[in-house]
Amino acid sequence: MSTTLPFAPAEAHPNYLNANYGWKSWLFTTDHKRIALLYLFSITAFFFVGGAFAVGMRLNLLTPEGIFDHDTYNKLFTMHGIIMVFFFLVPSIPATLGNFLVPLMIGARDLAFPRINLLSWYLYIVGGIIALTAVVQGGVDTGWTFYAPFSSMYSNTHVILTAIGVFISGFSSILTGLNFIVTIHTMRAPGLTWNRLPLFVWGHYATSLIQVLGTPVIAITLVLLGLERLLHAGIFDPAVGGDPVLFQHLFWFYSHPAVYIMILPGMAVISEIIACFSRKSIFGYTFVAISSIAIAVLGFLVWGHHLFAAGQSMYASMAFSFLSFLVAIPSAIKVFNWTATMYKGSVSYETPMLYAFGFIGLFTIGGLTGLFLATMAIDVHVTDTYFVIAHFHYVMVGGMVMAYMGGIHFWFPKISGRMYPEGWAKFAALVVFVGFNLTFFPQFLLGYQGMPRRYAHYPAEFQVLNVMSSAGASILAIGYLIPMIYLGWAWRNGPSAPQNPWNAKGLEWEQSPTPPPTFNFEHQPVVNEPAYNYSGGESEVHIGG
Amino acid sequence: MADSQSILAHAPELQHHFDDSAQQFESSTLGMWIFLVTEIMFFGGMFGAYTVYRNLYPEAFASTSRFMNVTVGAINTGVLIFSSFTMVMAVRSAQLGRKKALIAFLFLTLLLGCVFLGLKYVEYHEKWLDHHIPGSGFQYEDSRYVRQAQVLFFLYFAMTGMHAVHMVVGVGLLTTLIVMAARNRFSSAWFTPVEMIGLYWHFVDVVWIFLFPLLYLIGHTT
Repeated sequence: MSTTLPFAPAEAHPNYLNANYGWKSWLFTTDHKRIALLYLFSITAFFFVGGAFAVGMRLNLLTPEGIFDHDTYNKLFTMHGIIMVFFFLVPSIPATLGNFLVPLMIGARDLAFPRINLLSWYLYIVGGIIALTAVVQGGVDTGWTFYAPFSSMYSNTHVILTAIGVFISGFSSILTGLNFIVTIHTMRAPGLTWNRLPLFVWGHYATSLIQVLGTPVIAITLVLLGLERLLHAGIFDPAVGGDPVLFQHLFWFYSHPAVYIMILPGMAVISEIIACFSRKSIFGYTFVAISSIAIAVLGFLVWGHHLFAAGQSMYASMAFSFLSFLVAIPSAIKVFNWTATMYKGSVSYETPMLYAFGFIGLFTIGGLTGLFLATMAIDVHVTDTYFVIAHFHYVMVGGMVMAYMGGIHFWFPKISGRMYPEGWAKFAALVVFVGFNLTFFPQFLLGYQGMPRRYAHYPAEFQVLNVMSSAGASILAIGYLIPMIYLGWAWRNGPSAPQNPWNAKGLEWEQSPTPPPTFNFEHQPVVNEPAYNYSGGESEVHIGG
Repeated sequence: MADSQSILAHAPELQHHFDDSAQQFESSTLGMWIFLVTEIMFFGGMFGAYTVYRNLYPEAFASTSRFMNVTVGAINTGVLIFSSFTMVMAVRSAQLGRKKALIAFLFLTLLLGCVFLGLKYVEYHEKWLDHHIPGSGFQYEDSRYVRQAQVLFFLYFAMTGMHAVHMVVGVGLLTTLIVMAARNRFSSAWFTPVEMIGLYWHFVDVVWIFLFPLLYLIGHTT
């Protein structure tokens, strides 16, 4: 590629894409919008790397005997998990859409710390390269959870290198969260009070709290793991008085809240899409906003439900079980309020809305099966089976990735200044929905019948459902490849987008040109109405107020 | 905020995306405090592990605490508390725009930080000579507690080592501040880096204030 990147047509108004050209203007940019695009491209690359490992797993599981030996299969599922969790899901929506939109939505010219924002992308890339180096060198086989003492004593794979990669990329996540919190506190436009904040911003605020409070704990856990692997002092080795369950506590203290890092931004996107395409203000705005914070807070109190079968005290398990049920309440508030928002709204069926429908249905299934798992008696039956796999893929792929795709389509005109082909997009959304369900619904049945996760081979009686799942995975893969093609095409060749193609509310659509100029707004935006004021009412009440 | 007006009056360091210096200062301060919260969580993981093992092995704990050098630890505690005082004086000098005093107090803080690290080296060297470094060369005097003691020394080195890493970073940051001060980058209107790194320095001191009694004093028997 030459040094000029003709992303935007020459006649377009001055914007962040045509402000300057050349690789230096991208790699040394402090513009949050350009950093968001850097993240978008690198995260997409990691998504397909992680997906490639999943392809290997599904190929292997087509037949009971499989095509890979146990060691290879262990590495496949480990690297699928590590890449997808730490290098795709955690940064996915916050680092791309959040980075792009949080300053626009609150009427700021940039995030509070633009250079730290760029630093966070570099940390992500360095961490990612180190993790990929471990992959190329032969991979790692501990599972994405790095459970000790296997990871600290027995595994002969590149545990330390991978842990260093995850450790470094963790700081990228911390810095993004820190930047968002400070920006949302100090840089809101005049009139944009907390109870007028778009729910997208509320969701990212809650996500940032988790990133800031949780990620340091996984960082120190990985440091201890690495030291233990070097010194063999036995801190996680039960044979010499160490406590392996302590590792699980420390690990899940981050990693359970981290699953809310992997869903709250998705919920944030869905709130925007549902309100826009129902042409109504969100039902129960305050409840939806506060439920994000409630999920973030309660999320820190439930990690023990990963340890029901790990020798945790029964009373601790009962408390964790009860607290896990509590998290369902704010999650359900969101689902009910989205549904109520659509009730008697003038609902239209553009692509982002199709993904939002998918999100609501699939997240509900994922969330409700989470309640099965929070119930101790059922959890003991299905621990480490495909039931668990299906549950969290319904939340993370059915929830988060659906929301990510919906958000990418919804804000694609804003980001690129172009429209995507609606027909292809609707088709791809349908393919993703069908492929997803065919992949993961059979896994609920497999898990309930007792097929354990993380095994390369399985009894012949499970083959039919596994073939269905693999077939679904291939459909799902096509569903993800189609948008790659038409979005890439539309980026250069799509028809120019008007400033507000969806007639959506919000500063990013109403007061910022499309695509936005480098400093986002031509005039200081002022907010004088509540969020999602689609009915147009109430705004007079607030003017001058 | 009384001094926000004076910040407003003179704004050579205002970045383009902030409306005014007061907003910029508020953002820096909030950002620094949130960073310190992440540091608390970072050390919190190790304090959690410490609590678990202390409860599991109280006797072994009492046994290992005999090998902690309380004298050096106590001197180091004093050194750090005094360095917090010199850091506060540095911030005060920056506020008043006294360049020479600022550089002097920053230098004194830097020196005290180096004294701390030097004494820490002495302690680590002692542990090395006593074969108390966890790993294949580990030996322990009381045969009942060899394995548990190794876990506890592991925690000792992890916690004080991570603290020492933060001290080294602090020394680097102080050096940067001294260079910046010598180049007249600070004025009574803008000295945000001095104040932010001051917060960091105090945080690292406070961590040691917790480490010293937990590792050296509790369960100490002669």
